[in-house]
Amino acid sequence: MNVNGRAVTADVEPRTLLVHFLRDDLGLTGTHIGCETSYCGACTVIVDGRTAKSCTMLAVQADGAEITTIEGLAADGELHPVQEGFWERHGLQCGYCTPGMIMSAVGLLSENPDPSEDEIRHGIEGNICRCTGYHNIVRAIEYAAAKMRGEEPAPAEWETQEVTA
Amino acid sequence: MSTTSVLGGVVKRREDPALIQGTGLYVDDVKLPGMLYAAFVRSPFAHARITSIDASAALAMEGVEAVYTIDDVRHLGPVLAQVPIGKVRPLLADGVVNHVGEAVAMVVAKDRYLARDAADAVEVDYEPLPAVVDLKEAATDQRKVHDDLESNILMTWEAGPFGDPDAMAETRRKIDEAKARDDTVVVSIEAVNQRLIGTAIEPRAVLADWNPGYGRFTVYSSTQIPHALAGAIAKTFGVTYNDVHVVAPEVGGGFGLKLNIYNDEILVAFASQKLGHPVKYTESRRESPNSTIQGRGWIATATLVGTRDGEILGYELHGLCDMGAYSQNFTVAIPFLGVFVASGQYKFPTHVKLDCVATHTMTTDAYRGAGRPEAIYYLERVIDAYARKIGMDPAEVRRKNYIPADAFPGAISPVGFAMDTGDYAKALDALVESDGYREMLAERDRMRAEGKLAGVGLSTYVEVCGFGPSGLVDLGFSWSEYGAPSAFSGSGLVRVNPDSTVTVIIGTGPSGQGHQTTWSQIVADQLGIPLERIRVIHGDSEESPFGVGTFGSRSAAVDGSATFEAAQKVRAKAAKIAAHLLEASEEDIQFADGGAFVAGSPDQTVSWEEIATVAYQPHRLPEGVEGGLEAHAIFSPANATWPFGAHAALVEVDGDTGDVRLLRYITVDDCGNVINPMIVDGQIHGGLAQGIGQAMFEEAVYDADGNLLTGSLLDYVLPTAADLPSFELHRTVTPSDINPLGVKGIGEAGTIGSAQTVVNAVVDALEPLGVEHVDMPLRPKRVWQAIQDAKGGN
Repeated sequence: MNVNGRAVTADVEPRTLLVHFLRDDLGLTGTHIGCETSYCGACTVIVDGRTAKSCTMLAVQADGAEITTIEGLAADGELHPVQEGFWERHGLQCGYCTPGMIMSAVGLLSENPDPSEDEIRHGIEGNICRCTGYHNIVRAIEYAAAKMRGEEPAPAEWETQEVTA
Repeated sequence: MSTTSVLGGVVKRREDPALIQGTGLYVDDVKLPGMLYAAFVRSPFAHARITSIDASAALAMEGVEAVYTIDDVRHLGPVLAQVPIGKVRPLLADGVVNHVGEAVAMVVAKDRYLARDAADAVEVDYEPLPAVVDLKEAATDQRKVHDDLESNILMTWEAGPFGDPDAMAETRRKIDEAKARDDTVVVSIEAVNQRLIGTAIEPRAVLADWNPGYGRFTVYSSTQIPHALAGAIAKTFGVTYNDVHVVAPEVGGGFGLKLNIYNDEILVAFASQKLGHPVKYTESRRESPNSTIQGRGWIATATLVGTRDGEILGYELHGLCDMGAYSQNFTVAIPFLGVFVASGQYKFPTHVKLDCVATHTMTTDAYRGAGRPEAIYYLERVIDAYARKIGMDPAEVRRKNYIPADAFPGAISPVGFAMDTGDYAKALDALVESDGYREMLAERDRMRAEGKLAGVGLSTYVEVCGFGPSGLVDLGFSWSEYGAPSAFSGSGLVRVNPDSTVTVIIGTGPSGQGHQTTWSQIVADQLGIPLERIRVIHGDSEESPFGVGTFGSRSAAVDGSATFEAAQKVRAKAAKIAAHLLEASEEDIQFADGGAFVAGSPDQTVSWEEIATVAYQPHRLPEGVEGGLEAHAIFSPANATWPFGAHAALVEVDGDTGDVRLLRYITVDDCGNVINPMIVDGQIHGGLAQGIGQAMFEEAVYDADGNLLTGSLLDYVLPTAADLPSFELHRTVTPSDINPLGVKGIGEAGTIGSAQTVVNAVVDALEPLGVEHVDMPLRPKRVWQAIQDAKGGN
């Protein structure tokens, strides 16, 4: 298979999960394991252009596939707009669901470059975050979507917040 | 408030570049040479006698290094608990199992998959025994959970006020008198505050490496309390605290789940010492609900008595709290945190009595809020019921019964605790006078006119956090049981290096709270050194001064204050050096823009580079000033902190299906001064999602035999992005007066304020049908049933 632009060849036990192959054999530990049942989405990677949950896919199923993990997202030292959005809009706290969440968002924006809030929320429904309440993840994806369309992202909420002293 | 200054301004998180690029290091990412993997054999029974364990098939597998049972580790004693009331957990089941998922044996093998295969090959014979699962039944003591304990009731907490039996008798007399009056109304709700599985997305993981040459353990653990773990391992193995080095690298969510010493943390250390290899254990999601603590699990009755014009004369909260089978870190102390806030922000006489009851289920302990969401839930539910009964606006009823702002400083709650600062009406007014709240009410009325079931719910809250005061050691607020008898004081070390960068080392154990960013802001503000030249280190028992860890919304108020004071000490010393270099008076030295200058003569400056250089070249220092430029401070606050706020929710209920939709959610939270508004908002968002998750989705369900029916994420329903609206946040600022930063704490407030807000909204929506109460979680079936029951009753 090809992982983040590099050709990779290996012999693996047939039952080896793709996520374990990425993490243990290739040392790409940015892809995380949260549930081993496809439910939480922490392990989301992009396989042949589509998002996939690498905890319920065998490594052998990805034979010959082109895979992008979180480590392969930034190009030439430039963050991907979705990564930038997560940083700019505080779209993460503990960071554990973040790689999977970012990969899902990348997948979503490749299919729908101008999603509504509702479409974003449904688009990342397969990824669980326990820290952010999703609020700032939605803002982060809105930011990235605007950037990728070449538009100016909306100002951050904290720039307009009211406080009663 | 400005959002651009260093303290109180938004600073993008310094943690994020690693986390968004997949280079953050979590425990399961760590691999050491020769590392082995552990897996556990777990009980399928809630209560059974173990008649035999046969590990021969497992041991015969190539690559299996060992299988351990209690016979191998009994000499180490049980898992240490800070509040060892009840039955403490043996390292592995000792003759009997007392909950499903209890660890019976540990297998160590060369490969992750092989360890699991080998665990499945261990044959254990059980003789099932009757399980005590139902909380009410357990409280009757008809059947015992543990034969060797006198009662299933492990502890009873009672207050009104706490610690004064005579005054409590007087309170109870007043409440009974009020109930007996003809002109009062009595409202009572029995409600379940269900068990929850906290579900940090990172399952717990631990890796231990014993080095016989150094005589030392190195332990990587996904923990909120690295120093306590170092103490517990040292005490268990009979070595000293400095023979154990605990590192908590990135921790993928805590929420109280990782605020415990776990048997696996001790057992991998044991195996590493025995086998001469590093040993790692990573919990699977399937194991996690029964190998990591659960939370909540109360059944209580809240009774309120008041006049028909909204004067509340008394309140009682009497309940049972499910502790599970074994007591771990704080277990029976968690309901006590509910006692602290049982009377909320109100002034009426309050009597609270909570029985902590053992059952054959997984241990409960601190889960986000820990006792406080439970107590506030009951209080704010019954106040709403009372407001409905007397036909008064729910905001007005609350306002009328608050401890007034002029009672501060010096306010003592009816349950007997001194509170730092508060202005409860201010937060409530900010909420109900907001455009958003008015729109919610209008939207509800419009939807109702269209024949929809719509409701607005309100709740206010006060909580207690920022533990805390050294004097609370006597109540168990310490790590004494772990051989590290430190109070819950804060600590911070600030070191200016010879190149004038700053290293800040703190004893916290964050799991996403952004301490590197917030602490940089505190220090940058004090020293006038740019943020990017400050690095913050935490989660390391060896590098940092003794630290208590991160829990109970304590870090900023306690460790942040310590760091603030350490930075002040560094600044004072730097001022001496600058004064010497500038031939000025020390009192006239000020810091800004990367250096020091003389007040009134801004052209007389010396850079931090120069100050730092001189600090490390002692011959250039003024007489009497020691070399180096660092300081450590311990901060012991005079009190805990008491954040508060007011929340409102708008919901729509589908009368045909019982489906609840949360349409809008507005908050006003007051956590005192805010260091980084972005981070504070993020904490509120996450707290809300967990409180709303409890209200609408989450529930750990056991069957009568003690099987956990919600052991996977398919059955234990967590909120997704599609289930929640964007949140509308406001704040009021009432600084705390017990720490120099004026901060309170915000990690748990969102959770404490929210569950009852949503339930109050649903009850408001269903009121036209005659529904007065629905238990959480508000899943469609339950809501639909409540509607049917109300219809049947008409």
